[in-house]
Amino acid sequence: MSQFAINLIFVGGSFLIYILIAIWAKAGSTSDFYVAGGGVHPVTNGMAIGADWMSAASFISMAGLIAANGYSASTFLMGWTGGYVLLAMLLAPYLRKFGKFTVPEFIGDRYYSANARLVAVICLIVASVTYVIGQMAGAGVAFSRFLEVDATTGLMIAAVVVFIYAVLGGMKGITYTQVAQYIVLIVAYTIPAVFISLQLTGNPIPGLGMFSTHLDSGMPLLDKLNQIVVDLGFNEYTADVDNKLNMVLFTLSLMIGTAGLPHVIIRFFTVPKVSDARWSAGWALVFIAILYLTAPAVASMARLNLMTTIYPEGTSAQPILYEERPQWIRTWEQTGLITYEDKNNDGRIQIYNGANTEFQETTATERGWNGNEMVVNNDILVLANPEIANLPGWVIGLIAAGGLAAALSTAAGLLLAISSAVSHDLIKGRFNPNISEKGELMAARIAMALSIAVATWLGANPPGFAAQVVALAFGIAAASLFPALMMGIFSKRVNNVGAISGMLAGLGFTLVYIFVYKGWFFIPGTNMLPDNAANWVLGISPLSIGAIGALVNFAVAFGVSNATEEPPVEIQELVESVRYPRGAGQAQDH
Amino acid sequence: MSGHSYDAEKYWKANLRLIFGSLIIWALCSYGFAILLRPMLAGIPVGGTDLGFWFAQQGSILVFMALIFFYAWRMNKIDEQFGVREE
Repeated sequence: MSQFAINLIFVGGSFLIYILIAIWAKAGSTSDFYVAGGGVHPVTNGMAIGADWMSAASFISMAGLIAANGYSASTFLMGWTGGYVLLAMLLAPYLRKFGKFTVPEFIGDRYYSANARLVAVICLIVASVTYVIGQMAGAGVAFSRFLEVDATTGLMIAAVVVFIYAVLGGMKGITYTQVAQYIVLIVAYTIPAVFISLQLTGNPIPGLGMFSTHLDSGMPLLDKLNQIVVDLGFNEYTADVDNKLNMVLFTLSLMIGTAGLPHVIIRFFTVPKVSDARWSAGWALVFIAILYLTAPAVASMARLNLMTTIYPEGTSAQPILYEERPQWIRTWEQTGLITYEDKNNDGRIQIYNGANTEFQETTATERGWNGNEMVVNNDILVLANPEIANLPGWVIGLIAAGGLAAALSTAAGLLLAISSAVSHDLIKGRFNPNISEKGELMAARIAMALSIAVATWLGANPPGFAAQVVALAFGIAAASLFPALMMGIFSKRVNNVGAISGMLAGLGFTLVYIFVYKGWFFIPGTNMLPDNAANWVLGISPLSIGAIGALVNFAVAFGVSNATEEPPVEIQELVESVRYPRGAGQAQDH
Repeated sequence: MSGHSYDAEKYWKANLRLIFGSLIIWALCSYGFAILLRPMLAGIPVGGTDLGFWFAQQGSILVFMALIFFYAWRMNKIDEQFGVREE
């Protein structure tokens, strides 16, 4: 059977499962649509959160980033998991007790202000839309690589499948399909990693394998890797970083941003009780950690495998001839994600750090090397991993289904957050409070269909700034939504004026800092300072600014609240009531 | 809750203490051991590298998981103790 047929069976089979689940889990009420009727078991919910959270970025890109940057990319590992500690202790149980459908609804009620709710809706939509573009684009790439259709056709197929289960089932359909998608993506991610870990270290658990002995050399695997990359002019894989302040702030921004992203928060509204919300966060992190503990092993082992493929006789001997390159390099060259240029005309592939001038002037010159000759895109690492390790064809089919599951499950979660903000917070909350439940359910479905159309269009025509806006999504969630939610629970003193000024100050500060370096509204050429470490204030990169934005938000909100009058008594009682679990009941409408 | 306002206050204080303690460990294992204190832990070898690297790529995530389950378990006990547990 051809590889194409195998891929088709895996992808088609997984899609069929998602559609069958959707038909089974059709939403009958707004409660079903927004919060899956509030009856999801915490372990099931944890698994759904895992799929919701782990996007194309976690599945496809993260290991590649770690492979290229070593220790300094640990930020992503800690940042995208540590946020769950904040969620479990500072937000999830209390928002569950509050028992409404959306995040802006809590902000609107707690700060007794329709304007606060509107600011929250805008933050939610901007953060979620920027995030969803990457998912749709990622799905398009996976389709075009594995099913040999062009990216736009692939995207259309993906959109139709998401449409069926999201519009029909709402949160209920999405939750149960996400459970299936979690299983597909985690199996796809771990199977190749286990095989590779066995090949290299004899240890079946990749997370332990990366800290054990490399069988071929008898050295610890990370020592061996350090030695190889240093021989080729790179920094040590495990090298420490100089700019610790930036690393701390970047990690903190990702953690606070994770805790403030609405599509994750609304998942905690789907469980029956406050105590279940706490357990859910724990289970979610367990399911996420299975991938996150494996990713650094995939990264270090893939980097080692790549280098030993190119330099089979060791780094002091000659690299392989271009004509004798393995099949997977040929396959990926066709996609343009691996490029080769024989700069010294010796027919061999020299991969080394050509940007290291000292190394170029000494070792590289002595060996007759005229620059790095092969560029391997970070994003192919996970997708090409089974081929690099010579694993059978069905593993490749599994990776294709897994990558699509990761992209589609996150896209569906984001689309639900967007459509519920539109139908519940804008249409019902602002323009037509008397809308019937049936009418609202219809509005929610139309909003979902429109969101899918917009996301598909943006995925097919990604704006040039797609990669940069991820920083924006986290910056907005960290600087505006998280502080407003946390203060709403932990302070009785913060009032409407304080919260709104805090959100606007945090948001404004963060946006301006990002735009100064990345260009105003990401329009190329409009940046006021070059985006590099020498120009950053105190060495803080625009990616890390969300943490400072959150601080600005807290400071302004407290300052303004203390200078203005206390919130009314009934609001203080509301704050009191969300703190105690008794009487949670089901998530419900007003 | 108005009849139990004294207990309610103590319940909330107990929760805040638990959160505060947990977040100290959370920060120590990520920002501490994995980033700022890494040079101090450089002498402790773990499988080809040092303890700080291990915390950055494995240890902190394991600690985060343990912390959430510990918090959920302790809070459920405290809920019961103060009689605010859901029916």
